[in-house]
Amino acid sequence: MYTDKVLDHFTNPRNVGEIEDASGVGEVGNMKCGDIMKMYLKINDETNVIEDVTFKTFGCGAAIATSSMSTEMIKGKSIDEALNLTNRAIADALDGLPPVKMHCSVLAEEALKAALLDYQKKSGKNLGLNEDDFEDWDEE
Amino acid sequence: MRRVYLDHGATTPVRKEVIEAMMQVHSEVFGNPSSIHSFGRPARKLIEEAREKVAQAIGADPKEIIFTGSGTEADNIAIIGGARANQKKGKHLITTVVEHHAVLDAFKSLEKEGFEVTYLSVDGEGAVSVEEFQNALRDDTILVSVMHANNEVGTIQPVEEIGKICRERKILFHTDAVQTVGKVPVNVKEINCDFLALSGHKIYGPKGIGALYMRRGVRVQPLYHGGGQERKLRPGTENVANIVGLGVAIEHAVAEMPAESARLEKLRDRLIEGVLGSIEETRLNGPRTKRLPHNANISIEYIEGEALILSMDMKGMAVSSGSACTSGSLDPSHVLMAMGLTHTTAHGSLRMTLGHSTTDEDVDYVITELKPIVDKLRAMSPVWERFQKGLPIH
Repeated sequence: MYTDKVLDHFTNPRNVGEIEDASGVGEVGNMKCGDIMKMYLKINDETNVIEDVTFKTFGCGAAIATSSMSTEMIKGKSIDEALNLTNRAIADALDGLPPVKMHCSVLAEEALKAALLDYQKKSGKNLGLNEDDFEDWDEE
Repeated sequence: MRRVYLDHGATTPVRKEVIEAMMQVHSEVFGNPSSIHSFGRPARKLIEEAREKVAQAIGADPKEIIFTGSGTEADNIAIIGGARANQKKGKHLITTVVEHHAVLDAFKSLEKEGFEVTYLSVDGEGAVSVEEFQNALRDDTILVSVMHANNEVGTIQPVEEIGKICRERKILFHTDAVQTVGKVPVNVKEINCDFLALSGHKIYGPKGIGALYMRRGVRVQPLYHGGGQERKLRPGTENVANIVGLGVAIEHAVAEMPAESARLEKLRDRLIEGVLGSIEETRLNGPRTKRLPHNANISIEYIEGEALILSMDMKGMAVSSGSACTSGSLDPSHVLMAMGLTHTTAHGSLRMTLGHSTTDEDVDYVITELKPIVDKLRAMSPVWERFQKGLPIH
C-alpha cells in the first residue's frame, strides 16, 4: 500500500519538533478527518531563505511522511521556491501515494503555505498569499 | 523479530484438521453433489455430515442450516429475503447502529425499496437497551436484526430477551453471530432467533464459507436464482471442500470453547490492564466484563490509529483500528462514534483480538513494545502538545 519512501519517512521522520522563535507557524487540518499538521519556519529576513523548518503531525502514515518530506524539500530553499512547492511534487518525491491518501499531500502543502502566511503577517512582506485562499482549502 | 498476530477478529489461520479434511476433499472427492452416481454421492454425504456438525454446534436441526458463501451473504439472505417475503404484513424493520456493514447496508438497501428502518442506539459501552427496542416496536414491525456481539468492541447484546419478545409478537428475529460462535455459547433456541449468520474464517476455518440458520417454517424470498441447491436460497454447485472445512472448524471450535475462552479471557485482561497501567491517557472501549473473551479495544489518546498500526507492524504486531484511515471512509468507526466517543478518541482506537496462537509472552511483548511507540507518536503530535499545555482539543 505504501512505498518504501513513505515507510522510511514515517519510521524516521525528518525535522520533527518545534522552533521556539519561529518566523512563521501554520496549523491545518481538523480532528474530524483525523489529520492535523503544524509547521514551523525559521526564515532569514535578509536573504528570504528558509534556514530551518520543523513539523508536528497528528495523522496516519501518509500524513506523517508527507509532512516529513515537505520539510526536507524546503529546508535551505528560498520563500519563492517554497511557494512553488505543490502537493503533487511532495507525493512524487515519496514515489507516490495511494489515491485515498493524496489529501495528506494537500495538507502538507497547506501547512507550509499557512506558515508562510503567518510569516507574511508578522514580517509585513507581501508574499502574495491571501487568507481567503485558506478557507477554501479547509473544506477539501 | 517476534511476530504477534492480534487480529483474530479480522480472520484466523486455518487449523490443521480443517486443512487435512479439505485436502482430502480436493484430492479425492470431485463429483458434483447433485449427481446421483458414485462420484457425486460421496460429495453429498460429506455436505450433509458437515450440515449436522454446524446444526449441532448451535442447537439447530440440520434441515435448518443453509450453506452460504460468507457471513455477509447469510445476513443478506435473512434480512432482505425475510423482509421481502413478509412485506404484506408490514414495512417496518428494526436493527442497531452498531451492526456490521453486512447488516447495515442490507437495511439501507431495503430503505430504498420503501421499508422503514429504526436504528437502535447504544450506550457508552456499545450495548442496546431492551427498553428502547420495545418502544421502537410497531404493529407493522416484521423483522428485527441485532448482532450477538459486536466485532469492534466485543459488546455482547441482550439477544435472548429481544428474541423472546419478537417470538411472542411473531416478528422475525435475525442475529449476526459471526463473532460469537466458538467464543461464547450460541444456541438458537435460547436466543429465540429465526435466523442466525455465522462464518468459517473467524473460527479457524476457510474463507468463502458461511452458514445461515433458518428456523423451520420460516420463509424468505430468494435473492439468487439457479439450481435447487441449499433449498434454492443459495443456488450454484456447492463448495464441498469449504463446507467440509466449516464443519470440522465449528466442531473443534465449540468443543474447545470452555477451556480456550477462559484462557483467552485471562490473557485479554492482562493485556488490557498492562496497557492501561503503563500508558497514560488510555481507555478501554466497550464493557469490562460482558464482552467477547478475546477482544480488547483500547483508545490511546492524541495519536492516530493507522500510524499506530504501522508502527506496531514494524515491531511484528498485527492489530487493527477504528480510525478513519482504516475504516475506509473519512469518518472513524461508526461503532465507536455511536458509543459517544469523540473523534480524537475514536481515531486513536486500537483493537487487539486474541486467538489460538496468543501466549503470555505475546501479551508481555505488546505491553513492553507499545509504550515507546506511543511516546514517539505523541512526541510528534500537535494534539498531544495541546493536551499537555491544557489547550482545547479541536
